[in-house]
Amino acid sequence: MLNSYLLLSASLFCIGLYGALSKKNAVIVLLSIELMLNAANVNIIAFSKYGINPSLTGHVFSLFSMTVAAAEVAVGIAILIMLYRNRGISDVTKMDVLKK
Amino acid sequence: MSGQFIFFMLFSVTAIGGAIMMLNMERIMYMIASAAVTFLSLAGIYVLLHAEFLAFVQILIYAGAITILMIFGIVLTKHEEKREEPKRRFYHISLFAGVVGLFAVFYYVINQSAFPAVTREIAQDQTKEIGLLIYSQYVIPFELVSILLTIALIGAIIIAKREGK
Repeated sequence: MLNSYLLLSASLFCIGLYGALSKKNAVIVLLSIELMLNAANVNIIAFSKYGINPSLTGHVFSLFSMTVAAAEVAVGIAILIMLYRNRGISDVTKMDVLKK
Repeated sequence: MSGQFIFFMLFSVTAIGGAIMMLNMERIMYMIASAAVTFLSLAGIYVLLHAEFLAFVQILIYAGAITILMIFGIVLTKHEEKREEPKRRFYHISLFAGVVGLFAVFYYVINQSAFPAVTREIAQDQTKEIGLLIYSQYVIPFELVSILLTIALIGAIIIAKREGK
């Protein structure tokens, strides 16, 4: 049963990786990164139930990673809004200047 | 066991299907809705893994907060509705090959490795146990995460506010 969860997590991670590297809209890139983080969470929780030492530590780590993901999205959306306001772009391939 | 497997197949198919739909949709609102479907299915997966508290946290944070935040990001930044012609064809083909290769490596490694079958059950009333763990054993990471959240809140406000005026 653990193998099935790991395969689900691997496929979600690969789809998220493809989306993060191929999409142009910056919001969709952030969403794909969230998908990859979710795949990591599935792995952690699957190991905390079916691993060699089942405990609740995996749940706590998963909570921490969800918190970090939420903080990352908040700051990322703020940066995107500021970039759009100052330079009028929402395309990651055009974000190539740190300072104007 | 059989019912668990049926629900696992249902949730995993909707999760992967939502993720693939997210990559293939035409409009960006539909992309975000498909991602919300994926997040909700992952909450079902967490319930199957006996992580009910995390399932609720997943619905609250991912399907609620992060999806709404993404919609705000879409609304506040204008975007082209029409899809452009793919100019970087070689990049996309090599990227697809690389991702498929990575998945093949994952598949091989997961199938090769033998995990021991453990039948020990973890605690039943998980919310209480998680709270005890957070406030006793993991209290310093918990406080650090709270500081991180505060810094992210202040930083997002400072970055996104209008300058000058």
